[in-house]
Amino acid sequence: MRVFVESVGILAPGLAGWAASRAVLAGTVPYRAAELSLPNPDVLPAVERRRTGVPVKLAIAVGQDALAGSARSGAELPTVFTSSGSDGEVIQEICVTLAGTQRQVSPTRFHNSVHNAPSGYWGIAMRSRAPSTSLCAFDCSFAAGLIEAATQVGVSGDAVLLIAYDLPYPEPLRSVRPVSAPFGAALLLTRDRDSRSIAGLEIAVSRDRGRTSSLDDAGLESLRRENPGARGLPLLAALARRRPDDVVLEYVAGNAIDVAVSPC
Amino acid sequence: MQRVFFSRMAIASSAGIGLEASLEALRERRSGLAPCRFETAELRTCVGQIPDERLAPVRADLTTFDCRNNRIAQLCLRQDGFENAVIESRDRHGAGRIGVFLGTSTSGILSTELAYRRRDPVSGALPPDFRYAGTQNSFSLAGFVQSYFALTGPAVVVSTACSSSAKVFGNAARMIAAGLCDAALVGGADSLCLTTLYGFASLGLLSTSPCRPFDAQRDGISIGEGAGFVLLEKSDAHTPPDAVRLLGIGESGDAYHMSSPHAEGLGARLAMERALKDAGIAPQAIDYINLHGTGTRSNDATEDKAVFAVFGGDTPCSSTKGWTGHTLGACGAIGAIISALAIGHGFLPGSVNTRTVDATMKLRYLLENRPASANLVISNAFGFGGTNCSLVLGRAGG
Repeated sequence: MRVFVESVGILAPGLAGWAASRAVLAGTVPYRAAELSLPNPDVLPAVERRRTGVPVKLAIAVGQDALAGSARSGAELPTVFTSSGSDGEVIQEICVTLAGTQRQVSPTRFHNSVHNAPSGYWGIAMRSRAPSTSLCAFDCSFAAGLIEAATQVGVSGDAVLLIAYDLPYPEPLRSVRPVSAPFGAALLLTRDRDSRSIAGLEIAVSRDRGRTSSLDDAGLESLRRENPGARGLPLLAALARRRPDDVVLEYVAGNAIDVAVSPC
Repeated sequence: MQRVFFSRMAIASSAGIGLEASLEALRERRSGLAPCRFETAELRTCVGQIPDERLAPVRADLTTFDCRNNRIAQLCLRQDGFENAVIESRDRHGAGRIGVFLGTSTSGILSTELAYRRRDPVSGALPPDFRYAGTQNSFSLAGFVQSYFALTGPAVVVSTACSSSAKVFGNAARMIAAGLCDAALVGGADSLCLTTLYGFASLGLLSTSPCRPFDAQRDGISIGEGAGFVLLEKSDAHTPPDAVRLLGIGESGDAYHMSSPHAEGLGARLAMERALKDAGIAPQAIDYINLHGTGTRSNDATEDKAVFAVFGGDTPCSSTKGWTGHTLGACGAIGAIISALAIGHGFLPGSVNTRTVDATMKLRYLLENRPASANLVISNAFGFGGTNCSLVLGRAGG
């Protein structure tokens, strides 16, 4: 499958947006894991904004970062959201409530507990009625999202925005599902090359996952290993370097996906 | 869109375990809903529960996946010759050429709810026997089904609340079109759990009686549990002429509210229009509409407006939630399978439990089963977050 990358978004500790992170990901500026400050999603009406949790803020912010690098409106773009764990804080609060004797679940927490909450808020924020899906493939969620977004681009011919994100769970869930730091990434993919394209991607599934790509920087590499969304970092690093590269991402059931990156 | 057909299907819900039992329940108008006795829930509502004694532990080599949701999935996989059909397909295409695309809303969250009651009183730690990846994580269902059949192709879980297992038909068609697999196991499963029971209660959306879709007196949903699976294969010259085919799919968002549908049903309308366009057929060609029809005041009223805007008021339609309850992440697949049964067996199911259709509704809502040849059917599934999906199914002659 061949697609083109029009723009990229990224948000993680020390990676405050694509423009500010390119040199770090390209390896020309050292990585420092500064605390991540998430912008308030002012694209949402105030009443909705008050209801959003951190995952929604992260997903919307990283999607907006990608939109900022393109000339497209979020209103028309189909979206593919992918995350292993969605909102751990909400799950925690609901499970604590249900384990007690007063089982009064908050209605807002309940509707925020669905895996597609970021997609729902994104649609409200962008006034978008375009198709949107919300995926999970555990540690391979980024790769599964990339494949889905690429097949959508191939079948429909429309541009598709991929948004991958994951966040640390609170204890006690954190001990059984350790995710070290928040991470979000977005890729705006198109079928055809145009003046804004930054790279072409040739994507294939293979049975050889022994060669999974890693990162030279120890800090970025631990981010990659400890957040399912950040498994896509080697691809973002290749895009930042603007050199041809072959990236291998771990995929489900012992597979890998090979991504040949050719800068435009 | 890649043309695919239903090579085999399987169903399990409170209304029936297996196609034969489900068909009988539909024909004899026997609802699976009963007053809620689930776990420790203390709620005045009815649920569609699969009897605990039918839910055997998952196969011994897969215990890491053992939870109520995967037990329901396993029960369903073992119905209707489905297991053998998947194995035959695997032998024919290769284990790496069959994709697994499944929908669930809450996956194995019930296991997490129960584990939270057994937290260590000092450290707060979850009990050592709690297995997150095989239960709570949304991918658990696809991981379980892949492992059950030793499949090694592409796999993903779609979790978009109540449209999840309708949307997976699109994932499969796209993946087959892209050449990433030759066949696909699609569908979904959701189990009863306290999160959805108390969550829907908090929104005031649980019916006190068995749900009555489109009734003037409807007062909410009855939550159900269940699973539905379909083995999709590429249509070709050898496809049986009477096979049910996936002809089109339409997806949309409401861009309106997280838990209420758009008042005029704009998103729902778009999903149906896109599905018809994808199928390349006119609205008048549709013989029956399997409505989302949950039984809430707002869903049914807005779906009525949306369907009327697309089809007018002449096309026979009904919701089958009165039989199964609202099976949430499984309802898209279950609705598609019931639609396929209507096509294959020549009858349109009339809504059970509904007594008097809301006089403000404009649709031709069926209260009695009707023998009719249905060649082209559309099936709706809508969910929280304003997510909508419609499937057009039909026979080649349709």
